[in-house]
Amino acid sequence: MGLQTKIALFPPRRLNCPLRCRCVSQISTHGNTMKDTDIKRLLYTHLLCIFSIILSVFIPSFFLENFSILETHLTWLCICSAFVTAVNLLLYLVVKPTASSKKSSLSHKITRFLKCCIYFLMSCFSFHIIFVLYGAPLIELVLETFLFAVILSTFTTVPCLCLLGPNLKAWLRVFSRNGVTSIWENSLQITTISSFVGTWLGALPIPLDWERPWQVWPISCTLGATFGYVAGLVISPLWIYWNRKQLTYKNN
Amino acid sequence: MRKISVLLFLGWVCFLFYAGIALFTSGFLLTRLELTNHSSCQELPGPGSLPWGSQGKPGACWMASRFSRVVLVLIDALRFDFAQPQRSHVPGKLPASLPFLGKLVSLKRILEIQPHHARLYRSQVDPPTTTMQRLKALTTGSLPTFIDAGSNFASHAIVEDNLIKQLTSAGRRVVFMGDDTWKDLFPGAFSQAFFFSSFNVRDLHTVDNGILEHLYPTMDSGEWDVLIAHFLGVDHCGHKHGPHHPEMAKKLSQVDQVIQGLMERLENDTLLVVAGDHGMTMNGDHGGDSELEVSAALFLYSSTPLFPSTPPEEPEVIPQVSLVPTLALLLGLPIPFGNIGEVIAELFSGDKDSQPHPSALAQASALHLNAQQVSRFLHTYSAATQDLHVKELHQLQKLFSKASADYQWLLQNPHRTDVTLRTVIAELQQFLRGARAMCIKSWARFSLVRMAGGVALLAAACFLCLLTSQWATSPGFPFCPLLLIPVVWGLAGAIVCAGLLSVNGLKLDSVVLGAVAAVGSLLAFLWKAWAGWGSRRPLATLLPIPGPVLLLLLIRLAAFFSDSFVVAEARATPFLLGSLILLLVAQLHWEGQLLPPKLLTVPRLGSSAPVGSPRHSGTYALRLGVGLLLCTRLAGLFHRCPEETPACHSSPWLSPLASMVGGRAKNLWYGACVGSLVALLAAVRLWLHRYGNLKSPEPPVLFVRWGLPLMALSTAAYWALASGADEAPPRLRALVAGASVVLPRAVAGLAASGLMLLLWRPVTVLVKAGAGTSRTRTVLTPFSGPPTSQADLDYVVPQIYRHMQEEFRGRLEKTKPQGPLTVAAYQLGSVYSAAMVTALTLLAFPLLLLHAERISLVFLLLFLQSFLLLHLLAAGIPITASGPFTVPWQAVSAWALMATQTFYSTGHQPVFPAIHWHAAFVGFPEGHGSSTWLPALLVGANTFASHLLFAGSRLPPPPTLALPV
Repeated sequence: MGLQTKIALFPPRRLNCPLRCRCVSQISTHGNTMKDTDIKRLLYTHLLCIFSIILSVFIPSFFLENFSILETHLTWLCICSAFVTAVNLLLYLVVKPTASSKKSSLSHKITRFLKCCIYFLMSCFSFHIIFVLYGAPLIELVLETFLFAVILSTFTTVPCLCLLGPNLKAWLRVFSRNGVTSIWENSLQITTISSFVGTWLGALPIPLDWERPWQVWPISCTLGATFGYVAGLVISPLWIYWNRKQLTYKNN
Repeated sequence: MRKISVLLFLGWVCFLFYAGIALFTSGFLLTRLELTNHSSCQELPGPGSLPWGSQGKPGACWMASRFSRVVLVLIDALRFDFAQPQRSHVPGKLPASLPFLGKLVSLKRILEIQPHHARLYRSQVDPPTTTMQRLKALTTGSLPTFIDAGSNFASHAIVEDNLIKQLTSAGRRVVFMGDDTWKDLFPGAFSQAFFFSSFNVRDLHTVDNGILEHLYPTMDSGEWDVLIAHFLGVDHCGHKHGPHHPEMAKKLSQVDQVIQGLMERLENDTLLVVAGDHGMTMNGDHGGDSELEVSAALFLYSSTPLFPSTPPEEPEVIPQVSLVPTLALLLGLPIPFGNIGEVIAELFSGDKDSQPHPSALAQASALHLNAQQVSRFLHTYSAATQDLHVKELHQLQKLFSKASADYQWLLQNPHRTDVTLRTVIAELQQFLRGARAMCIKSWARFSLVRMAGGVALLAAACFLCLLTSQWATSPGFPFCPLLLIPVVWGLAGAIVCAGLLSVNGLKLDSVVLGAVAAVGSLLAFLWKAWAGWGSRRPLATLLPIPGPVLLLLLIRLAAFFSDSFVVAEARATPFLLGSLILLLVAQLHWEGQLLPPKLLTVPRLGSSAPVGSPRHSGTYALRLGVGLLLCTRLAGLFHRCPEETPACHSSPWLSPLASMVGGRAKNLWYGACVGSLVALLAAVRLWLHRYGNLKSPEPPVLFVRWGLPLMALSTAAYWALASGADEAPPRLRALVAGASVVLPRAVAGLAASGLMLLLWRPVTVLVKAGAGTSRTRTVLTPFSGPPTSQADLDYVVPQIYRHMQEEFRGRLEKTKPQGPLTVAAYQLGSVYSAAMVTALTLLAFPLLLLHAERISLVFLLLFLQSFLLLHLLAAGIPITASGPFTVPWQAVSAWALMATQTFYSTGHQPVFPAIHWHAAFVGFPEGHGSSTWLPALLVGANTFASHLLFAGSRLPPPPTLALPV
């Protein structure tokens, strides 16, 4: 009961400003402009992420001989993963979409960082297990499967870690109905789900007898994940902009 | 009454499906009867003396032999244009631009230098263009179909009369090298053989190099009369790279060298035949009936002049089977009994210098022998079956008797002219071509109309099922009138159709009649149902499939239209199943049913009152999902490779234990199999015990207590005997043989009796009646509407129980007024599930016996999977679901996917060669004699075991299973 009454007490268009500014309340026009600038920021950060993926395709060919996505796929996976992680971390440090916690001592920061690393590794391993359960070979191509898990973690877990921190409860909340509380979380939801869907779609052409080099495990899946991620990055600002009138985030 | 009408309705739906399937298969499956008659040397195919010119010659059989030896080089998939000589002076066209063109230069040279010695033909192949069917055709001269209804069971050996059989019975030495398909087709027929595995189509060179190693030494040794070399490199190159790959040029050049080498070594009494068994498409595949697949090359060469004329500009088109009678007569052998090919007349030009018209007369005599043989075959075949068209047969017979009379007159009349000879030859050829055309018409033609009709009927029946599954749940669905009208309409349609057919003098076809009846009743039903029932509702409520599940179903449907996905179905189905499971779990989480809501709200307000608490702990559904995925993946370890994927290795665990050599490993595996049996049994008993169904004194419960362990014991004993039968000491042989007959039958009998018991008393509810002494009537608080939360449920269920108690007491008091009685009924919650679990376990044991021992692990996984899935589904279904008998779409899709997945993991493949024929001999080691329905039943039960079990386990409604009272 308490929940409903509290929600009813507050005006519906009350926004949680995701930046570090204190929550500005009530005035709806102000809220809207805040939302628009947020959407712009979101768009720019996403464009940066896409740019990093494009860079990961082109830059290595200046330094490495015979580099191509299909031929030296594992190298590209590592480079792409590193690029995307770096850009995500950079954006997190610069834009700071979440209000930082009050405790910001060095030891706290270090434990937080270590925790993040552990979470990332855990997600890599659990993705690997899920791939094997889905039918990936158990013993052969272990490195390929693991790197695929790494890149999928890069596309999904790293943004979650940057935005939500090592906090499983917050993750579970974001990925449920009516669980998002900000534009950033909404875009996180969209990009993550579209990465997964892209990966899943990437597995479909494997059995076809076209005999193309990209049909080899796990290339089509990694490419699917990448395309899904990029599509999510493009779609989420547009979708949020399109539905900005309907979107209200419960700041409860 | 309603029960009966529902049953009748289901029967009618079954009839619709069977009518559709029968219509489709009658158009799709080409059938032909294999005759086992043989031609023999002493017995001529028809009346008349030995033909002209062969009397008194040694080794003459029907006709004097022209060649004493033959080298037959069979190049798999040698398409005609691979061998076609390229004219280099065609203006405006690049010569030999494609890798497969103009590579056989030796053919071109020899055709130019020695035009009377060699000839190239375009041989017209009959579909199906697969190697085994082509080999059958090339030796029997017949038209093999997909199903050759033969007398032998589970063996590929050719039973029909064929060239190889005639050669061996004439005492000729046949040496073979190449594709090991011949080993299965002609077991023990070769005096010397070098077989190489044809299994790996990625391997271009092993077979060819193996042949080349033996070819020339064997040829030089001279210890052969017929030498057959079957090269596979070109075919494999087509499968791997396609014809447009440079590798094909290399392969064809190699073939060219082989032909060149053979022609150099050829002696005067030897004929060289180079033949392709079929062609290939632009992608290098074959099997269908496209123009590129059915045109193959045929090249004949002899070092003595063979042909009276020079080759025509464009090579002649001849049917591929023509080679069979030609080779038979050239070698002085009887033509195989079932041959329908026509001899290549120009090869029988005879000697140059004996008679006025030697060439034409020799041709006429060869054709006449051939025609006599074909006529004899048609006569025998039409006596055995009704396949052939009576009227056409009659016309052909007339044609043959006229041609035969003309020929006989010609023989007696010394003043024959060239013109009369030509007419007789033309008549004989007309007969032979007519006979072949008639056979093709009745054996080798798909009926597209029937196939399309069958598919349409099946689709309509599926649609009907979808509609009724939605309508019938609503009360008051008028089964009876809705059923009567279509039945009447169907009968009327069938009668009208039968009348029309008989008026037109056509043969009554039960398949067509059934289809007409089905269509008539279906249309009437749909129209009636729509007018009376459906139009009142919006269409959207008729198709309540949730979006993601519909997408998965559509993907599964689309997969059947791609042959790559049909081949990869064994891998694609577990993938889709896994997707569905994770989707279910994710959906549960998305809806907030997995976690307590305080986790899902922002912590600041976390302590507020919960809106609706989930029924299970947070990770419960996740654990179920991961368990399901694990089971699916483990079952995937048991897989049999389709023929089309060479790189794949079938699981060694699918073979029976008897085929294992190592004693220790065998014992370990046996232990594991028995362990899985025990685990299955223990799990079922534990489940029944946990939900209290083992307490009731009903006969099915007693059977579960005592009969199931007995069945498991007999199964284990049978496995022990079957896997170690060869090692039994001689004294015990009789005992072992007897036991291996008795034990499977005992298991099947026990299962049948258990099922009968279950049918008789399906309810395993313990009802206790006792004299109640101090019972007071409880006051029932009224409660209306469906329960929505755990609290409501906790309140309602005891209320229902009490209400039932009151009801029973009231009724008993009415019947027995002498004293107050209390009745207590236990295990009501699992009343449906318990019966179904028992029935499934009973069914599983005989089905398990039909499989190899190690499949028991798959069966254990199957039970585990369905258990987990039911719990997962139950976790996702809200208590306010429309009723215990509504099965959600997720459940149905998951069951269907699981049934397919288990079909594959029990070692099956949807192709004829992969049928487990050995299942027919479980319990019947000596065979079945002449009865066919029992082996068919056993093999069918083996093939569809997973579908049977999953169809059964679809019944326990998930809420009932998961909510034991």
